[in-house]
Amino acid sequence: MVPLSYYLVLSGILFVCGVLGFLIKRNIITIFMSIELMLNGVNLSFVAFAAQWHDLRGQVFVFFVMVVAAAEAAVGLAIIIAVYRTRETLNVDQVNLLKL
Amino acid sequence: MLHLILFLFFGAICVAGAVNLLVQSHPINSALSLIVVMASLAAEYLLLGAEFVAAVQVIVYAGAIMVLFLITIMLLNAGKEEHTKGSRVATLIGVPGVAIGAVLVAWTLVGRLSTTHSVSIGALWGAPNDIARLLFRDFLLPFEVTSVLILIAIMGAVVLASRPEAIARRHHSTAPPQESRELVATGKDH
Repeated sequence: MVPLSYYLVLSGILFVCGVLGFLIKRNIITIFMSIELMLNGVNLSFVAFAAQWHDLRGQVFVFFVMVVAAAEAAVGLAIIIAVYRTRETLNVDQVNLLKL
Repeated sequence: MLHLILFLFFGAICVAGAVNLLVQSHPINSALSLIVVMASLAAEYLLLGAEFVAAVQVIVYAGAIMVLFLITIMLLNAGKEEHTKGSRVATLIGVPGVAIGAVLVAWTLVGRLSTTHSVSIGALWGAPNDIARLLFRDFLLPFEVTSVLILIAIMGAVVLASRPEAIARRHHSTAPPQESRELVATGKDH
């Protein structure tokens, strides 16, 4: 048997990698992928707790997280395309003005 | 025992993919390693007995969302990222801070070792019909609300990704359809 804490530590590692990518990376698309990585880490802990208590509601919540992630990816990538059209760059350090 | 070996195997792949996402400087390599992370996470879900979640993980995450990412990377022709002064400051402050937080969380979790509630290999208790019963009975209202959310997200993506001058012209012009077709054609190679 695998202890629950192993799954939680794995999900924590994934979440931490996502946070680090969010801080370190300068490419706006990679930052966005780091957010997806964080969401995946949280999903793993949801499924692990659902298995721990044999409660399917944890798995149902994972679906809602996935729906929100899909909606977020669609809108976020559209925003990235709009930013690239106006600024001609994907580097977040160069996107520092609200108004052009 | 086999359970633990499989967990460690897929967990190692998962962590390696996540670290590779951080190390790579080209976004397309990061995207491909993120696909590896998601696929091995699906295997972890199978180990936890959640078969339907694992299937949806592969279809929605590793399939749909990552294809969206790859298309955007190729569309924008994203090159290697260049590091600036700000990124070095973020690395210097961010890495120790995140490391301290991670150690704290891991300390709390490992301190209280509890075993999972006897999920043996092949015991797939997250069957689609059970999940559907829960989703369409107890969680019917949230389910419908998410469909509205998806609809709004589609409309938002279409509005955001379309060219602003094309929208403005479409609103103001009372041009015949011939001319509007010409507008679309000229808008493409801009």
